[in-house]
Amino acid sequence: MLLKQPLEFYSESLAGVDRGELQGKLIVIEGPDSVGRSTQVARLRTWLEHQGHAVLDTGLARGALAGKGISQAKEGNTLGPITMTLFYATDFADRLENEIVPALRAGFVVLTDRYIFSLMARAIARGEDRAWIERVASFALVPHAIYYLRAEVRDLVSRVVLGRGAFDHWESGMDMRFGADMHDSFVKYQSRVIHALDRMAKRYNFVVIDATKTPDQIFRELQRSIGKLF
Amino acid sequence: MFIRLPHMPLLVPNRHRGKLIVVEGIDGSGKSTQLSLLSQWLRAQCIAVAFSEWNSSPLVRETTKRGKKKNMFTPVTFSLIHATDFADRLERYIVPLVKAGAVVCADRYAYTAFARDVVRGVSRRWVRNLYRFALRPNLAFYFRVPLEVAIGRILGGRNAIKFYEAGMDMGLSRNVEESFRIFQGRILDEYEAMIQEIGFHVIDATGSIEEQQQQMRDIVMRELGESLRDGILRASRGDLDAAQAAPRIL
Repeated sequence: MLLKQPLEFYSESLAGVDRGELQGKLIVIEGPDSVGRSTQVARLRTWLEHQGHAVLDTGLARGALAGKGISQAKEGNTLGPITMTLFYATDFADRLENEIVPALRAGFVVLTDRYIFSLMARAIARGEDRAWIERVASFALVPHAIYYLRAEVRDLVSRVVLGRGAFDHWESGMDMRFGADMHDSFVKYQSRVIHALDRMAKRYNFVVIDATKTPDQIFRELQRSIGKLF
Repeated sequence: MFIRLPHMPLLVPNRHRGKLIVVEGIDGSGKSTQLSLLSQWLRAQCIAVAFSEWNSSPLVRETTKRGKKKNMFTPVTFSLIHATDFADRLERYIVPLVKAGAVVCADRYAYTAFARDVVRGVSRRWVRNLYRFALRPNLAFYFRVPLEVAIGRILGGRNAIKFYEAGMDMGLSRNVEESFRIFQGRILDEYEAMIQEIGFHVIDATGSIEEQQQQMRDIVMRELGESLRDGILRASRGDLDAAQAAPRIL
């Protein structure tokens, strides 16, 4: 489902934000690790710019305040699950208030590679309380559209193996040791992430896209849908 | 689209052997002095005591410093980074030690955020939910002090009030001292309003240091006496000497 103006907050309003001023569009691409989100974001950006829209693209842990701290924390071996969730939430809030909202005020199309949903899904996959993290993240703006690139965990495994060729510590949820090795832990952890995202799909009005289609097919599907927002 | 969320219980009950004692109050209320005296008293009884201070996680330090130096914080990010700091200390330090049977003494706890972050502009409900993962203290002391007394102590003791400490980010006044006064006054009001909700043990912080300490010890004995005799991790004299040498503040 696509949302028309005006933008709203899920539950908590951010101080100093007049929603009426937010003239831009907020578009979210969600999905688990290695599902092909960044490829689509890059193509969409080019396409939107060709159409004459100014585009801001942003994504998890890229903020000026906490981005660096998160990467440093992930290099150590002491980052607990709640601490990690809140560190990411800090980064998200920083980007929302200091990048996304100003860009929307200026009439940009904000294209975000993941939003609160991955943050919540990762927390839930690590056993944290669903209602707790939903409420923590409830200061987020309701996007105009949320595209959920959905794949089964076996598709993700083949993408990882054929792509990067190795499993990543955090993408495998190795901080929680879900399995005996990186592969087993990846399968278990990513299944839990997918399950958590699936459960959000209806509540948050995701547009679900089958990520096993070719990148071109997915791109055309996204183009058709995003075209209706303008 | 408004997402409806159910009412949530506050903090996680402590079902472990160890205990958690926290002190709260505005700057200049004397709570740190009192907690330090209390922990010495507990240690003298060979009780394993650990200490945790607000805003002291090494994992988060650089980020907090960056944010403060460049004035990057908003009420929400200020609140979230302090919660991150708290979570790190809780996950890595406080909970494992309480599980092990220690008495953990915390100088400021989630209630500091309940007071301070609300004054900065986040909602009471949101910040209470934010800290829901926290272990509920066995004892929470609130050092009640009139604003003027606290301000007198602060201005007498230290020479510079820091930007965020004075709430200068809120634009209350251009004068640091005036801003500090307004900001701390509002924090005081928040503390006063949550006494019942939290079940604070209120200590009159205008009394002498000795009187206050005696009250604290009486309350600890009355509320925890039984479990301090049995369940708690105790050191032999030799352990205690060895432990004195090790760093114990986080």
